[in-house]
Amino acid sequence: MSEAGGSVTAVSVIEARELTKTYGDFTAVDAISFDVAPGESFGLLGPNGAGKSTTMRMIGGTSLRTAGTLSVLGLDPERHGPEVRASLGVVPQADALDEELRARDNLYVYGRYFGLPRAYLKAKVPELLEFAQLTDKSDAKVTALSGGMKRRLTIARGLINEPRILLLDEPTTGLDPQARHILWDRLFRLKEQGVTLVLTTHFMDEAEQLCDRLVVVDHGRIVAEGSPRGLIQEHTTREVVEVRFGSARNAEMQAELAALVADGQRSRAGLEVLPDRILLYTDDGEAMLEEINRRALNPLTQLVRRTSLEDVFLRLTGRSLID
Amino acid sequence: MTDTGTPGADAGPRVTFTGLDHHALAARTRRWGWLQYAGYRQVAETPFLATWLAVAFGNPVLYLAAMGLGLGAIVQGDVDGVSYLTFVAPGLLAATVATTGAQFGTWPIFGGFKWQKNYLAGYSTPLEPGQMALGETTAIGVRLVLQAVIFWLMAALFGAWPSASALLAIPAVTLAGLAMFTPLMAYSATVENEGLQFNFIQRLVVMPMFLFAGTFFPLSVMPAYLQWVGWISPMWHGTQLARMASYGMANPPWLTAVHVLYPLALILAGQWWAGRTFAKRLVG
Ligand SMILES: Nc1ncnc2c1ncn2[C@@H]1O[C@H](COP(=O)(O)OP(=O)(O)O)[C@@H](O)[C@H]1O
Ligand SMILES: [Mg+2]
Repeated sequence: MSEAGGSVTAVSVIEARELTKTYGDFTAVDAISFDVAPGESFGLLGPNGAGKSTTMRMIGGTSLRTAGTLSVLGLDPERHGPEVRASLGVVPQADALDEELRARDNLYVYGRYFGLPRAYLKAKVPELLEFAQLTDKSDAKVTALSGGMKRRLTIARGLINEPRILLLDEPTTGLDPQARHILWDRLFRLKEQGVTLVLTTHFMDEAEQLCDRLVVVDHGRIVAEGSPRGLIQEHTTREVVEVRFGSARNAEMQAELAALVADGQRSRAGLEVLPDRILLYTDDGEAMLEEINRRALNPLTQLVRRTSLEDVFLRLTGRSLID
Repeated sequence: MTDTGTPGADAGPRVTFTGLDHHALAARTRRWGWLQYAGYRQVAETPFLATWLAVAFGNPVLYLAAMGLGLGAIVQGDVDGVSYLTFVAPGLLAATVATTGAQFGTWPIFGGFKWQKNYLAGYSTPLEPGQMALGETTAIGVRLVLQAVIFWLMAALFGAWPSASALLAIPAVTLAGLAMFTPLMAYSATVENEGLQFNFIQRLVVMPMFLFAGTFFPLSVMPAYLQWVGWISPMWHGTQLARMASYGMANPPWLTAVHVLYPLALILAGQWWAGRTFAKRLVG
């Protein structure tokens, strides 16, 4: 456990040790261990098929682990599923809304599943619709809502029981940029209120925006762990130079460029060859560009940018997060 | 965590945290989850309430007019010692309620997994799969009782009930309806793709059970080698019980016991099986 202000008193709300899930002889989650502190915003960042959703389902006790231990709010979700889920807010990857019901009825019946009293729901449902900016859609059937509205409704639904932990499985996948920003704003408010967020994503910008701390997962394994800033510092250089030479010359330039980055740089420097471009990791991008131009390598396009979590993933796995 | 909506730097909608007792919720749900779930079915069926009521009131009128009065007019003399209307009304009541039970056991359950996602949503809450299956049975049970009551009242207008004890036909046919419902519900939870399965079930299971339920004539007039279809049909057992309640149809006690115990056993076995198929479908 890091980052929680170094506090030893904060007991983890989620504690996973060697958590493993296999389907037949395929290992979807491969002995992962992590802790989530109360009030923390914790992320699982990884590409499709990394095992993120499977992990989320095991936290809710709706998927049975193959090995390892898991404790959610001090309880084993497999043995105490109802107790654990009573305290969780779940926003699954697929909304699982009843499209034929009105927005508010979706919240109402869901609240009844928890056994929440009608009087409580009568006040809570409008409050959550307001929070999700869906007050004017209260009486609309879910079919009539946009993707972003459905997602916000699902988040509102996940808050019906005042959860101690909100699980968000790919909260903004499939949404347009504007819808994503509205959603991030809502999640940020929850975070400010001290709600513990556990979210999965394959968007590095989302992870950077929302997560205090995250694990990078690939093929069911944790390949790195830390704060977004810490991970970037630890696994990449300060800047990256992206150059394109066109598909024909891309590969043949590799040797020449490799010599450039190896030149007196620290070990985090290096290059990644992608099908359409080459990335050069360096602490001084401008100097690198000058050197490229001095050697007259003539890339078609060139740019210098700050490194991001995307680069962390690339450096660790040699692959891009989104394929 | 217990921020109760103090406006932040930019005041905007917030979520209040009132300090719910999650463990109390879980404890209550462990006990009453089936009932908490049953509310979903009621809400989900509300848009179809008008249609359902029209059918519930209209069907008995049409059936009783056509069969009781129409067919009854050409049936010479009494059947089983009573007028044809008195004979056929319990059968029609049982057939109507049992058929409705069968219908609720197919598309709504299958659709719940595939389209409405109510079971998936429910499984993100403290509910367990078996509780949702029991909740369905509870909600459908209420529906079937209501339908039986409406049918009974309409039949009363036709003068189909010779005695007040005919009211006991209502629980009898509800039993038959649930005996159709729970095994079909269990099966429907296993269906992944909408297919011809439900058409087959309708034509090759529900329809024969209706045709051999002794609705229009006593099962005993059938050749012995065909009577087994009636025996496995909850509709026949429900019909027989309803006739005993209505006009005191003579029946040996052991057979009466079978009429009660057989549907009951089907309901329990179907419910147990549904608990398993729901869990199999939902637990990853
Ligand atoms: N029920 C299942 N049966 C077999 N394989 C599964 C099942 N669920 C998930 N998987 C596989 O496990 C891997 C991880 O899936 P998932 O947890 O959904 O990944 P992510 O959410 O990171 O995209 C994938 O390769 C997926 O195909
Ligand atoms: Mg996923």
